[in-house]
Amino acid sequence: MLKNLSKSSFISFYNPQRVRNFRERIIAIILFGCGVFSILVTIGIIVSLFSEAIGFFLRPEVNLITFLTGTNWRPLASQVSPENFGVRPLIRGTLMIAVISGSIALPLGLGSAIFLSEYASDRLRSVLKPLLELLAGIPTVVYGYFALSFVTPILKRVLEDQLGIRVSFFNAFSAAFVVGIMIIPIIASISEDAMRAVPRSLREGAYALGATKFEVSTKVVVPAALSGIISAFIIGISRAIGETMAVTIAAGATPRMTLNPLDGIQTMTAFIVQVSFGDAPAGSINGQSIFAVGATLFTMTFVMNIISASILKRFREVYE
Amino acid sequence: MEAEKIISIDTKHYKENISRRNRAEKIFNVILLLSVLFALLMLTVLIIDIAVEGFAWVRPELFENYHSRKPENAGMKSAIAGSIIVILLTGLFSFPVGVGAAIYLEEYAPKNRLTDFINLNINNLAGVPSIVYGMLGLVVFGRMFGIFSNNSWFVNLFNIPIESGATGGWKFFLFDIPWLEIHLPFGRSMVAGALTMSLLILPVVIIASREAIRAVPPSIREGGYALGTTKWHVTRTLVLPIAFPGILTGMILSLSRAIGETAPLIIMGAFTYVPFLPRSVWDRFTVIPIQIYNWITLPQAEYRVHLAAAGILVLLVILFLMNGIAIYLRKKFEIKW
Repeated sequence: MLKNLSKSSFISFYNPQRVRNFRERIIAIILFGCGVFSILVTIGIIVSLFSEAIGFFLRPEVNLITFLTGTNWRPLASQVSPENFGVRPLIRGTLMIAVISGSIALPLGLGSAIFLSEYASDRLRSVLKPLLELLAGIPTVVYGYFALSFVTPILKRVLEDQLGIRVSFFNAFSAAFVVGIMIIPIIASISEDAMRAVPRSLREGAYALGATKFEVSTKVVVPAALSGIISAFIIGISRAIGETMAVTIAAGATPRMTLNPLDGIQTMTAFIVQVSFGDAPAGSINGQSIFAVGATLFTMTFVMNIISASILKRFREVYE
Repeated sequence: MEAEKIISIDTKHYKENISRRNRAEKIFNVILLLSVLFALLMLTVLIIDIAVEGFAWVRPELFENYHSRKPENAGMKSAIAGSIIVILLTGLFSFPVGVGAAIYLEEYAPKNRLTDFINLNINNLAGVPSIVYGMLGLVVFGRMFGIFSNNSWFVNLFNIPIESGATGGWKFFLFDIPWLEIHLPFGRSMVAGALTMSLLILPVVIIASREAIRAVPPSIREGGYALGTTKWHVTRTLVLPIAFPGILTGMILSLSRAIGETAPLIIMGAFTYVPFLPRSVWDRFTVIPIQIYNWITLPQAEYRVHLAAAGILVLLVILFLMNGIAIYLRKKFEIKW
């Protein structure tokens, strides 16, 4: 003890070991800071969204109950009253996009995943997978353009000219259609990962009993990978809910409690863009209303992501 | 006699069963192929549609002029410049923090609840809609919670000189160095936009860098430790050089996502009409996707259909180039262990 002390005090003047240890500690602390930074981002999101949203709800012109239950969203109406701040039309619009795009993307994404995982040869897969991922890499503003310049005109020609069903120029279906295409690769890629994680022995057991490839895929692989597939579905839908530019461009700017996909609607995200594009000043009721809508949107996607993560975690526990 | 009958019924049943199942197999095969082909067909149609509408409008004016009231003169010079600068700044901001976090999580982090929480948190951030990051950027970077507005408690406390107006705030030179100008709050500047984008791509950068670092085999590290070096020395001289191509690839792919993002920058306050090239990072700016969106919203077909498509073509070419470089880097420096 005494020996150690005297030795260390003797060399402590310049001890390369200690300098090195000190540097190591500093670097470890900096790296730890980088690691923890992501938590700060989450806190920042919550604080900035909810502080402004609370400011919005503290105004006398609005209240939380009519916000959540009201069926009129007229933030620009001359009479500013709680009746004009009901978020349900925006949520209805968002859910309509999510349901339609989901019903396009879920079967197609799952089909693509089964094909890539079970049917395609390695060579075909190495060509098809990057091509599919290309779809996920295309900017959303491009999908918006495509909806407006290609999907809507076709819809009008087929439904309006041939069948006489009125289609508005801005309509929910066109937007939902391109959002559906956009989330196919997300669903396909996550489901495929889940299916490839299913042990080979399960498939071979089924083949040994004389099952066809169809039977192996649908009765063995898909059920075994089900939690991964469900989590892929949830992530895809949550992506559709948060999708902004395609729905802003193609679905219109009229908040409406409608169930007709050929009508113009407005989603939560499209409303936020509309207000921001028009330069609402900080502290004004419109400038604050986007944070109330944003907080609603964030909460919805956050809950979905948590659910999907917990489902995925359970699935990992089975095979690892 | 009886036995023969049973056998013949059985084989008949068997044959029917087999042919029914084979038919199902074939139908299923076709359905699967169609579902893949549908997505690819849409990709093809999308690219052809845009090329047909826009190709003739990709002309010198698109790169030399600003937006104009005459479609034949309109270009997106300021948007191209804005996109390039914002992307470079985004890379500058997100690279150190993203790679640092990846090094921490792969090399340093102990197995405990905090680490689990950080992991969960990063995955969650990756699923947050991009528009939410725009609102975060607006409040934190653009306005800085209003701390630097006229007559705030903070400004009064420290007697900070505040310029009023839309581009106002506290302007000073850090350490009195002439090129280190700082504006607080960051307002609607390229710095604010790039910081917003950095937060947006941070989860992707971290996830990609971690994969690259994880791909370095443990034996390399153990070789370093056997020579008596420290953790940081091993990381800096052995792990990072080997993982670097992978990290760079992930970085380029993340930036190629950022370059197509529109919504966060609109929310953050990027402008739609900027008739000049930015002189400093504190200038107002616009980016290519916002210019495209702006053209789509105009009533005339020249803007709405053709110029928008021409802008999209430029954007897609940039994206393909960035992805091509990333794939090239990955192939060139790929090491098989």
